[in-house]
Amino acid sequence: MFADYTMTELTSIFAMQGFAGLSLFSIFVLMALGLAIIFGQMGVINMAHGEFMILGAYTTYLTAQVFESLMPGLYGGYFFVAMFLAFVVTFALGALVEWLMIRHLYHRPLDTLLATWGLSLILQQTYRSVFGAREVGVSLPDWMMGSIAVTDLVEIPINGIFVMVLALLIAFAVYLLMYRSGWGRKVRAVVQNRPMAEAVGIDSGRVDRVTFALGCGIAGVAGSAFTMIGSTGPTSGQLYIVDTFLVVVFGGAQSLLGTIASAFTISQAQSTMEFFLSGSMAKVLTLLVVVGILMLRPQGLFAMKVRR
Amino acid sequence: MKLSKTQPSTHRTSRRSSWTRRHLLGGLMALPALFALSNTALADAANTTGLAVTDDTVKVGILHSITGTMAISETGSVQAEKLAIEQINAAGGVLGRQIEYIQEDGASDWPTFAEKSRKLLVRDKVAAVFGCWTSASRKAVLPVFEQHNGMLYYPTFYEGLEQSPNVIYTGQEATQQILASIDWLAEEKGAKTFYLLGSDYIWPRTSNKIARKHIDKLGLKVVGEEYYPLGHTQFNSVINKIKLKKPDVIFASVVGGSNVAFYKQMKAAGIDLTQEKPLLLTISVTEDEILGIGGENVEGAYASMKYFQSLGNDNNQAFVKAFKERWGDDIVIGDVTQAAYLGPWLWKAAVEKAGSFDIEKVQAASPGIELTTAPEGYVRIHENHHLWSKARIGQAQADGQYKLIYETEELMEPDPFPKGYQ
Repeated sequence: MFADYTMTELTSIFAMQGFAGLSLFSIFVLMALGLAIIFGQMGVINMAHGEFMILGAYTTYLTAQVFESLMPGLYGGYFFVAMFLAFVVTFALGALVEWLMIRHLYHRPLDTLLATWGLSLILQQTYRSVFGAREVGVSLPDWMMGSIAVTDLVEIPINGIFVMVLALLIAFAVYLLMYRSGWGRKVRAVVQNRPMAEAVGIDSGRVDRVTFALGCGIAGVAGSAFTMIGSTGPTSGQLYIVDTFLVVVFGGAQSLLGTIASAFTISQAQSTMEFFLSGSMAKVLTLLVVVGILMLRPQGLFAMKVRR
Repeated sequence: MKLSKTQPSTHRTSRRSSWTRRHLLGGLMALPALFALSNTALADAANTTGLAVTDDTVKVGILHSITGTMAISETGSVQAEKLAIEQINAAGGVLGRQIEYIQEDGASDWPTFAEKSRKLLVRDKVAAVFGCWTSASRKAVLPVFEQHNGMLYYPTFYEGLEQSPNVIYTGQEATQQILASIDWLAEEKGAKTFYLLGSDYIWPRTSNKIARKHIDKLGLKVVGEEYYPLGHTQFNSVINKIKLKKPDVIFASVVGGSNVAFYKQMKAAGIDLTQEKPLLLTISVTEDEILGIGGENVEGAYASMKYFQSLGNDNNQAFVKAFKERWGDDIVIGDVTQAAYLGPWLWKAAVEKAGSFDIEKVQAASPGIELTTAPEGYVRIHENHHLWSKARIGQAQADGQYKLIYETEELMEPDPFPKGYQ
């Protein structure tokens, strides 16, 4: 296995694979945070999560178009505007969907699953009608492409670093919101004991709406970031949804820390195995391990006790 | 039957009366048919098997995914087939009949393809179907076409290992795409080592099997072979492996959305394809896919196809112009789109040679049919129902088009069951 490589090459392999694992980790964190908030805090299985991500990606695409034609001078910085807009748009749609659909379906997890799956199909077809069935190409400002060469073999992609920093920032912001703000305290109160939270005067309906919308907003930012590394098409969201659920379920639904730990475990396992085995085999082995662990520990890696 | 035995006799009489009523109705309904008989007599010579052919129209089917994940790829084929049908109609139709098409949506779901093809053949009695894209959808409809004896014109380049009297394959089978390109890489680019990379399903695996055999035959070396699940979005590991193994050529058959991730990540990892270290040759990225990938990310890559939008011949100039007039200026035309465009024209030529729409006669007339007006230049149908066509290599430009670099002098013979490659 290692015999084909020299010592310096081996060092480089581990350095590069470590980095590949880390960038996969940050992608998983970005994908899963929004879902973890919705699924973990509200018990809603949002099958349309991928479509919210792609809405963010399309917003980025449109912003790029606008900047390119109207303000070419500012093109280098369009991405930050695009991410902000992606958040706003998906947050708004999330709030609307919660108000129209989700709030009527609380305590009926299977129905929300079906309803959000239907929503995902509706959104896909809407994208197809508006943007066309073909994928759109989102071009990046020049400074975001390319890489920093550390040695001959080790090169670190700039957009990888960008995604990593973004994931850290968002994870930190979510942590502040959930554990250091009044609103977060309300959310946690509603999760732990809804009737009691309502009894002390928390408007649980409003908390639900903002939580759902926030989860969707984070999905939008993730989708915006993914235009750097992946495709933007009507069905691209489907590419991410399985991995996202895997990360959230494996981590333990109620725990944000669990989500991060599980994203780290799965990404490192996946990228290390990918190097020595084929891509498909690595995926199979990762899934096997996850299934095995979930059989022993159905509540996931980190679980929190809540009153149902 | 069992039920009627236990029925009281009164019910029988009532049934008898309805019988006579039905007779009467039947007789009435036959009247217009009698009047129409003089009309259909004409159609009969060209149509002895009850296809949907009248004196001035003939029905055909278009069966592609316009919803679901494959819609991305199949849209171009639908546009090409409609354009060809409209052009044929404008030029007077087929045997004096205008073509009417019935479009069905396969919805990226293989059982749906089978069901819709049965509907087209049994209920609509179409004279030909232009459709399918993935091998999986073709395999799903094949038994239906063979059972109900229909004609399918299939546009996609595919893995070969199939030949049916009911299908005309207007795209390349694997050897037509692969052998010439590897020869070219070895001769022109001095390639010695190859890294085979594809999505994990039958077409890339079969293609790479043929590629590997041919590489061995030339005395060259495969240094890596790797497959990723469909829809995979993380290629950092394989890019690292490629950097370590330093192959002369990456031979890529990644499909769908994965392509976008792969090329963007290659570029981000500092592999500049215009440097040709390593050189990349793809058999899966047409102008259509470049739209999603972005020309700047794939610039410098080579593709082995039979058609590029940029081909300079007169047929193609006219075709591109007509296509853009019909479907919009910013549209691009890929290899499969052109192959789909050939379908209706080849069918028309076969029907006119046979003097009939009958499936058997069209099948018998098909081998040897040639098309001098094909955008790719000239094609001819082989006895094995595939097309003789040239293999071409183009290099991707930043504007998303391919520049023609090389083409075989002769037409390549289609060989769906290549000896020594299986």
